[in-house]
Amino acid sequence: MAKRNPSYDFTWCPGCGDFGVKRAIERALTARASEKQEPIENSVIVAGIGCSGNLVHLQEGPQPFGIHGIHGRTLPIAYGTKSANPDLNVLVVSGDGDFLSIGSEHIAPQARRNLDITVVVMDNGIYGLTKGQASPTTDLEEITPTTKYGKLDDRMNPLMVYLGGGARFIISELSTRIRPLQQAIEDAMNYPGFSIVHVQSPCTTYNDTYAALKGDEANGIKALAQPIADSHDASDYFQALALAAQPGVPVGVLYKADNSVPAHDRLTQAKQKAGIASTDIEKLFDGMVI
Amino acid sequence: MSKNLVVRFAGEGGQGVVGGSELMASAAAESGYHVLTFATYPSQIKGGPAWGQARISSEPILTPGDSLDVLVCQNEYAYDANLPELSDQGIIVYNSQEFEIEHPRALALPTDDMAREAGNARAGTIVMIGAVAKAVGFSLEALESFITARWDRGRPGDAAIIEGNIKALHLGATAADESGFEIAQVDPPVEEPDARERILIRGYEAACLGAMAAGVDVFIGYPISPATTMLTYMESNLNGDGKFVGQASSEIESIAALIGAGFTGKKTMTSTAGPGLSLMGEGLGLAWMSEIPLVVADVQRGGPATGLPTKTEQSDFIMAMNPGHGDMSLPVIAPGNVEEAFWATAKAVNWSERYQGPVILLTEMSVAERAQDIERPDTSLISQESRSISDGSVENRRYEGEGVSPFPVPGGPGAYVANGSEHDEQGDTTHLADVHIQMTERRFAKLKTLNDGTFEAENPTASIAIMPWGGSKGSGRGAWQELTSEGIDIGWYYTMYLNPLPEELLAELRTKDKVLVPELNYMGQFAGHLRQLGVAAETINQYTGLPWRISDLKEEIKGHLS
Repeated sequence: MAKRNPSYDFTWCPGCGDFGVKRAIERALTARASEKQEPIENSVIVAGIGCSGNLVHLQEGPQPFGIHGIHGRTLPIAYGTKSANPDLNVLVVSGDGDFLSIGSEHIAPQARRNLDITVVVMDNGIYGLTKGQASPTTDLEEITPTTKYGKLDDRMNPLMVYLGGGARFIISELSTRIRPLQQAIEDAMNYPGFSIVHVQSPCTTYNDTYAALKGDEANGIKALAQPIADSHDASDYFQALALAAQPGVPVGVLYKADNSVPAHDRLTQAKQKAGIASTDIEKLFDGMVI
Repeated sequence: MSKNLVVRFAGEGGQGVVGGSELMASAAAESGYHVLTFATYPSQIKGGPAWGQARISSEPILTPGDSLDVLVCQNEYAYDANLPELSDQGIIVYNSQEFEIEHPRALALPTDDMAREAGNARAGTIVMIGAVAKAVGFSLEALESFITARWDRGRPGDAAIIEGNIKALHLGATAADESGFEIAQVDPPVEEPDARERILIRGYEAACLGAMAAGVDVFIGYPISPATTMLTYMESNLNGDGKFVGQASSEIESIAALIGAGFTGKKTMTSTAGPGLSLMGEGLGLAWMSEIPLVVADVQRGGPATGLPTKTEQSDFIMAMNPGHGDMSLPVIAPGNVEEAFWATAKAVNWSERYQGPVILLTEMSVAERAQDIERPDTSLISQESRSISDGSVENRRYEGEGVSPFPVPGGPGAYVANGSEHDEQGDTTHLADVHIQMTERRFAKLKTLNDGTFEAENPTASIAIMPWGGSKGSGRGAWQELTSEGIDIGWYYTMYLNPLPEELLAELRTKDKVLVPELNYMGQFAGHLRQLGVAAETINQYTGLPWRISDLKEEIKGHLS
């Protein structure tokens, strides 16, 4: 079994939230392999470009396959991988710049297919690797190298984007909660359809939100991150919408559609119904004989 | 009697002018003739000037034809615009309920009324086909049986439509008979008893079938003129275990999805046109960099930007070779006609597997949309090539060595990262100069495996030669034949394999005083490439959105001989 390259020297900044996400993914993939009795090579990590994408090279222990592609195109790459071989477990890792800015055009199309993949978005609210420019999830009025007068564009609400785009399983998590995050990723990989685990993964260099997420109850500062109440019915789309629209970061399962037929099953069923036979080239030529 | 007949149906989009020419060609093919169609139309569903043309011949056909024997006009604009191309003895058939003309050889038909009389108001074009058939002495029985087959679609109204269409055919024929118009009739077809079966096939169908014969598994594309027909043909016909056809949300998605699919070990392909190929640039760089086999068929149209979506041009050659940033040189195969579209596409799939990277099938509207009768391809002549799969013995060192190496497939051993950043042997990112040098040279070295390109060479001792590429082959060949028969000493060279060029061909071209390259672009793109390779190439170009006429090309060549 392949191991990680010991000489690979890329690293994240100390305290980067992505370390926690990496750990959770390693554990989730290992647990899945042992639970399903399948080799870890049955999993493919499709990584975007940015700090987050480097996660694919930093996996420790047993190695899954990986694709480290081009900026913003994780979802269409995953579309091809999963469609070509539905038996593979396909995991996308991406960041708020890669997934929600340059890559945002791909969310709704792949969600509407109900492509059976899991996306882990590491949201640090900033472009880290290019040194601190505003991203879609940077707060309004934030001053960055590209927002000299403070950010003028409203902050994107990614959970609303996912719900609007048609994602069927949406979990909002924190990079500091490694065990619940591992469980969330495992659940998402087991879900038969398009699932997203959106993780607040702070950038200690350009946008350190650890304190804000945690709050300081003793001094009357409410935590930005709030657990989703047990009373929330995650199977109810409208409850999910209402919760996502509120300020702050909900933590837990936001939405989980009960009925989910993944893309490859839809195709198989449609072809069975239509009675489509395998291609016979000679028959196609026969129809053209003059 | 004459060797061949060219019939053009001209009118507006939606008036059945393309369908009319194809019906005429199909019926002629059924009767044993060689046929070739060509159409030009605006990028809109209804309206706008459009025409479809069928060339019918007792001999094999190279081009859609230089001048018209029959011009069928639905409106006055069609008449005015197309009349200059009518031959001296040519006749006109026109809808006299649309306009009136004064012309000594024009047959006026009130086709709207005649279609209604036949019981199918939409059969106006068929009335005209009947008249044309009679005027050229063409078998009405063949047309009847063709109409019956074409409209027998298993629907309740079929019988009435067939009956109406056949009646319309005869009404047109009778009107032509009574008018007394007739033109030189075409020679009967030549029987070729020992030949393989013949089929009537379009360029895009031939390309798709070539890909299937080479074992393509996955086809993902996005609608774009004039390449959509390949996507829809695959959607209908590429089926079976492990096969997948999908519609992406953009060409950016198509190419990314092919990379994701090719990564799993599958043979993949997409079709697009210039604007789509532009969007695929970065993705093609990723495929080159991460060494993922795939095939992109570029059906060229007029450019740049939206350009001329439904016209033909050969202006994507430079982009086909270098579609993205950075050092890369993609293999390019350009079929010259419908028959070659089959073999070229099969070869493109094989090449992509052999060198483990992207291959461009560079075709064009006039080849892809053309229907032509060809010898039924013998698919047993295609030996499917498949990338060698890693058995895990090199563990994750997927990019080890100086050439093509075994390909690890997800689910099996050898997990690595297919990386678009410069990478070491196991796919991890690196910026080290020595690794970038080694990997760059590795990627180019793999092209050396593509050394089986063939070429045509005739009269190789001549110091001046012509060498057309792609769809300019037919007219180039026609012009060369005529010049040669006039006693002009000129060589003929042709290959589908534009990059890398067959080495022996390049060596011969370098010995010439002059190599004339007919091509449909302003820049002389292929001629420029040949000059870079040390060939004294001169471009002969036009950019009308239409293919060469043999007569025009011949004159142009003569101008370059002195």
